[in-house]
Amino acid sequence: MTYRVSIFIELQEGVLDIQGKAVERSLAGMGHDALRSVKVGKYIQVWVETGSAEDARKEAERMCDDLLVNSVIEQFRIEVEGE
Amino acid sequence: MNTAVIVFPGSNCDQDVMHAVAGSLGTKVRAVWHKETTLPEDTDFVILPGGFSFGDYLRCGAMAARSPIMKAVAEHGRRGGLLLGICNGFQILTESRLLPGALLPNRTLNFVCRPCFLRVESVSTPFSSLFSKGQVVQFPIAHGDGLYTLPEEELKALEDRGGVVFRYSDSDGLTGDDANPNGSANNIAGIVNERGNILGLMPHPERASEALTGGEDGRVFWQSILESFTKGGR
Repeated sequence: MTYRVSIFIELQEGVLDIQGKAVERSLAGMGHDALRSVKVGKYIQVWVETGSAEDARKEAERMCDDLLVNSVIEQFRIEVEGE
Repeated sequence: MNTAVIVFPGSNCDQDVMHAVAGSLGTKVRAVWHKETTLPEDTDFVILPGGFSFGDYLRCGAMAARSPIMKAVAEHGRRGGLLLGICNGFQILTESRLLPGALLPNRTLNFVCRPCFLRVESVSTPFSSLFSKGQVVQFPIAHGDGLYTLPEEELKALEDRGGVVFRYSDSDGLTGDDANPNGSANNIAGIVNERGNILGLMPHPERASEALTGGEDGRVFWQSILESFTKGGR
């Protein structure tokens, strides 16, 4: 079965999120007074053909380790559709 | 000393660096396409040039670090062979884990392209042996993602072992925050691995290798490498 896997990547705590800061300043400047903080990350979707949702997750985790995520600065979270 | 310059899709400093090495040293330089799986057998020195490999997609240098040739490049480095990454090449070296840390977007979010002063912090590397410690040199920078970062403890370890080779400074060698063009930790512009044979730096020595292009400090950089190679036979 083909599973759609969503991968959410964000900078680790303590790593300077300069894009988040820039967006934060812009939003604040536009008058969004309720705004307290902004973080900018990445959203990647992959479609994988595996026997189970669990295998789809494992496959996506391998992709994160191999290329999609730089563990020096980033962390990630995976959602498998139908899991 | 035979030099191999690796060319990735989107590399744009490969010709410049080949011109600078050949012009400064008169030694043999060859281009090697990233899809090759081996380096020319007599390769002594490997350069990962600047540019925008794979369009800087995902993260700068991330996909180039996984190119077929990189296994041979890493093996060359592990054997103690001379390996240099300039700008995007530095990003590729960190993405390959051949050097510690990572390069983030500049703190201003601007692409910064201008001449830059650097203070030479270590002359005990093959890449800097003909400079004098504390000497101020000028190489241009041209990057959008040059903010060097690594966890605090690793940063301390890097500094303690003298791994920082070049630091952004002003013309007097002062390394204040206003001399830091991108927000790099401790004004770091270039670092070397523990063994001393792998260097990554954001500034471009190949663009400071003849008077016509605004400076010749880069020639000393290339000459250091050749002299160290000739002496040490790395």
